[in-house]
Amino acid sequence: MAEAVQTTRNQSSKTPIGARLRYYLPTILVAVGVLLVWELAVRVLNIQQFLLPKPSAILEAFVNEIRLFVTPGEGSILFQAAGATLWAAFGGFCLGCGAGVLVALITARWTIISEAAMPFAIAANSVPIIAFAPIMNNWFGTTNPASKMAIVAIIVFFPTMINTVRGLTLIDPRQLELMQSYAARPVKILLALRIPNALPYIFSALRVASALSVIGAVVAEFFGGQRAMLGVFITQEAASFNFVRAWTGIIMASIIGLSFYFVMLLLERWLMPWHVAFRNTD
Amino acid sequence: MTNGTTHAPVIYARNVNKIFKPSGAEPVIALQNINLTVQPGEFISLIGPSGCGKSTLLRLIGDLITPTTGELKVNNKEPHQARLDRDYGMVFQAATLYDWRTVSKNVQLPLEIMGYTPQERKARAQQMLELVELGKFGNHYPYQLSGGMQQRVAIARALAFEPSLLLMDEPFGALDEFTRERMNMELLSIWERTKITVMFVTHSIPEAVFLSNRVVVMSPRPGRITQVVDINLPYPRNFETREDPLFFQKVIEVREYLREAHEVEG
Repeated sequence: MAEAVQTTRNQSSKTPIGARLRYYLPTILVAVGVLLVWELAVRVLNIQQFLLPKPSAILEAFVNEIRLFVTPGEGSILFQAAGATLWAAFGGFCLGCGAGVLVALITARWTIISEAAMPFAIAANSVPIIAFAPIMNNWFGTTNPASKMAIVAIIVFFPTMINTVRGLTLIDPRQLELMQSYAARPVKILLALRIPNALPYIFSALRVASALSVIGAVVAEFFGGQRAMLGVFITQEAASFNFVRAWTGIIMASIIGLSFYFVMLLLERWLMPWHVAFRNTD
Repeated sequence: MTNGTTHAPVIYARNVNKIFKPSGAEPVIALQNINLTVQPGEFISLIGPSGCGKSTLLRLIGDLITPTTGELKVNNKEPHQARLDRDYGMVFQAATLYDWRTVSKNVQLPLEIMGYTPQERKARAQQMLELVELGKFGNHYPYQLSGGMQQRVAIARALAFEPSLLLMDEPFGALDEFTRERMNMELLSIWERTKITVMFVTHSIPEAVFLSNRVVVMSPRPGRITQVVDINLPYPRNFETREDPLFFQKVIEVREYLREAHEVEG
């Protein structure tokens, strides 16, 4: 038994901090560099605040909002808006992705439905669904969070459904034959082969959907809604020439979007340690 | 290994034909007039050039496809019934392990399907992994093993539910020569211990001669059996067998038959 066993995936957690830092260093340098250039450009070129505020001013305003948020008795409209947008994005994400996976499971079971539905799904996926936002405002009411949630749900539904159908059906024929040779029942094939096979496809859809859901929620809010929503907050602050505050809204939306994406990434790593993308084989 | 007892043959094929009719193309006679009887405990190799139908014959026996005409019985049953009765284990050229299952869980897969209890499954998987000398690797994932080790897991999985017949479709085709020879030895030792019947598809003449008590020579277009060669080398076979003059003689004999079949075809 002289065969070599490849290194296990635990290796990455054992890397020394120095090596990890070196890995992320270029990214950090680029980020710091961009912010510095931005700050200097605004100062040196004397750019007007309504065109582009200084990052230091935005940071100051953001820190001030955090202070208001944590001080008892005070309140931060920014954080209130962030909460509402997060709720719309997350709620829509859960509804849309849940429905997408569910419909995919049904269509994969009855291939006729899948063949009929897939062209529509692929076409719908190429349509700018955000254009329906005013319609949703009519259906659910502009100030009703459900109108934003509905848009988000529709946006994330199609990529999730399409990817899940692919994952359930694009299977190595040998792996299916293996199941056949055991005379496995369709339910067992679904649970033990089709669904695990679909997981990488589903997660790649969920990662895309996590980003789409925040974009969808904020843009849907541009079309109107309660004051405490990030999209509304950004448009109103910009309309009243509070550009620094508008930028804090943008920063907040970015933080929500990135966090959501990273949560998906972590979930994926945790649920699929065997997946090729996470193997440490150097 | 043929003992003259009254056992029903494991495989019984009479005038089996398989014609593929691809849409919009000429029908292809994949197998023509196949006659073959395999007794319990035999180690049979199917050898021939690509397109001779050896894999097709294996898949017919495994009920992954059905014969066009002719009579085919596995353990005295229709192949379909034999499949439902889980009479055979299959090993493909690729190990076909499920990436998301540990090695032990992969071996347990057929046992899960066949309703063994979790305790039985674990114990049996461990036993099978020890049989293929991978007892310590149960908790590894397939990607952490080498190609030869993965293929041994596939064999452990195929043997886990004690089928009476092992169908192997070029199982060692993707391995290097050194690993392949060692896998041959291990397969023979498993075969001798389990008394299982093996149908083994291969491209390699030395491999077929080394392993089998009979080598079935096939030729293409249409796929048919041209010769069955008895390999009367004694078991257990070992590295010395490969240097036995009779081994060389048999290798040459099989090669001659393969060439003849090729010449007939023109």
